[in-house]
Amino acid sequence: MTENKQGQPSYKKRSTLPEVWRRFKKNRRAVVGLVILVILILVAAFANFLPYDPYKQSPSEALQTSSWSHLMGTDEFGRDILTRVCYGARLSIFIAFLATAFACVTGTILGAIAGYYGKKVETIIMRVMDILLAIPNMLLAIVVAAVLGAGAFNMMLAVAISNVPHYVRLMRSAVLSIQGQEYIEASRSVGATDWYIIKSHIIPNCLAPLIVQVTTRVGAAILICSSLSFIGVGISPPTAEWGAMLSKGKDFLREFPHLTVWPGLAIMITAFALNMLGDGLRDALDPKLKT
Amino acid sequence: MEEKRNLLEIKDLVVQYVTDEAVICAVNGLNLSLGHGETLGLVGETGAGKTTTAKSVLRILPDPPAKIQSGEILVDGTNLLALTEKEMRKIRGNKISMIFQDPMTSLNPVLTVGDQIAEVIMLHQAKSKKEAYRLAGDMLELVGIERSRSKDYPHQFSGGMKQRVVIAIALACNPEILIADEPTTALDVTIQAQVLALMKELQEKYRTSLLMITHDLGIVADICDYVAIIYAGTIVEYGTKEQIFLNRFHPYTKGLFNCIPDIMRDDNRLIPIDGLMPDPGNLPEGCAFCERCPEAMDCCKNGMPDQKEIEPGHFVRCFLPYKEG
Repeated sequence: MTENKQGQPSYKKRSTLPEVWRRFKKNRRAVVGLVILVILILVAAFANFLPYDPYKQSPSEALQTSSWSHLMGTDEFGRDILTRVCYGARLSIFIAFLATAFACVTGTILGAIAGYYGKKVETIIMRVMDILLAIPNMLLAIVVAAVLGAGAFNMMLAVAISNVPHYVRLMRSAVLSIQGQEYIEASRSVGATDWYIIKSHIIPNCLAPLIVQVTTRVGAAILICSSLSFIGVGISPPTAEWGAMLSKGKDFLREFPHLTVWPGLAIMITAFALNMLGDGLRDALDPKLKT
Repeated sequence: MEEKRNLLEIKDLVVQYVTDEAVICAVNGLNLSLGHGETLGLVGETGAGKTTTAKSVLRILPDPPAKIQSGEILVDGTNLLALTEKEMRKIRGNKISMIFQDPMTSLNPVLTVGDQIAEVIMLHQAKSKKEAYRLAGDMLELVGIERSRSKDYPHQFSGGMKQRVVIAIALACNPEILIADEPTTALDVTIQAQVLALMKELQEKYRTSLLMITHDLGIVADICDYVAIIYAGTIVEYGTKEQIFLNRFHPYTKGLFNCIPDIMRDDNRLIPIDGLMPDPGNLPEGCAFCERCPEAMDCCKNGMPDQKEIEPGHFVRCFLPYKEG
């Protein structure tokens, strides 16, 4: 880096996004995660181009194992499992992302407010979150889903609500550690409003842990969605959903394990890809690690 | 203190940190004034209340525990302590700016320096984003950094350059008063000289009043017009630079000067001031300096001396002139 006024700086200028991408690319596992996720999303988006109907029953083809015409075999009603897994990706990914987005936005704002203002506001927010946290995540989702009734939207809401406390706690602790920094004081000394400080100084500084949290929790959200469907308070069986498929498949677990193995694998791979993606994003987005 | 109208006037300021365990009296009845375009050096040792004073002016002390108990801070005749938070926000960064001690921590690591300079401009002036970033570039050039570097993050700058960025932020809205809280303490000596020269140049260019907080008398000699010596939250001596440097009176000021090596004298040892500053949570009843004062008298233990003008514009808070006169 040169400081002379006439000469061009000796390093190449990069704007922020390509810069993040450049650093992200260096992390091989993260790229694998991203590729898997992109494939999953593409599969979900173009599931209707598959040759089979996920709901049409053909009893003559029931319970086949893998073959060229049915790569993942068929279930007890003769429906193609590959097709159903692909359609399931639609629901699972959509619901999980929506639920996480909702939880993340609500949780971040609540946590930032609690951490920034302290005192009574903090006490109220954090105690409510403690109550939510005291109930196991899964149980809370079950309760919410049971109260609201089964269905995709209600399930999303259930997952979102059970996830909010995690973001609130994460944000609050991050805010508390950042708040003592001199640049917050410096920003106040140039006349910034509270909301401005939260928005432009505190949240960007908490982004790294938040992104990791989001990506790993999308994976968790997919697991919870599937679990809810599995125990029957989520999406009910005829719908192609991973959890619901597992739930039906468990009846045939001994004789025809492929009914559960494939949707199970799909869940696992999705969660795995999201976790790797999260790690890579954290490294790429942190300007302090810039090289 | 003086009859003429000052830009900044602090009257009988009392600031305390109130905690469950103790009440820390950080600033006790402090008086200061700063005229248009002047530079005042606020000198004192660690914990004397320098930074607390500066932060009270901007009202950015953390409350709790800090409480401004009484006093007035007048800027152009308006009492800042009576303003609402909203009105205060318009003053911060616009009319009064502050340069913080440590440039390493006073910049946000995840925003580019351009963002951070433009932030002040957009907060106070109705400028479009583009215009604000253009002005931010101008400010960078003003402090001697290439415009093209406004897209860089703070960690890509050296310490001295970061402090320049901080100065650019402070001056972005052309404030009338600039408070510099030990702006060169975290920098090495060569960079100190550069930064001071820059501040001096910009101050003269924009006729900004400067409140320079420091414990370095060399800096004071370099750039200040007036000097206030602060001890345990009160000003013990105030005067022009010449009065303080050539005709210092207060035993504490003398003690401070004894701690600087004099190139003309062949000293083997410096003479430090014995003892420590009194615990601000438990201040003595009399003069706060009396325990360490080589010239302490009986009356020093009983009451705080009033401020006395020993020559025009030269004030001392000590019993000694009463004895002599």
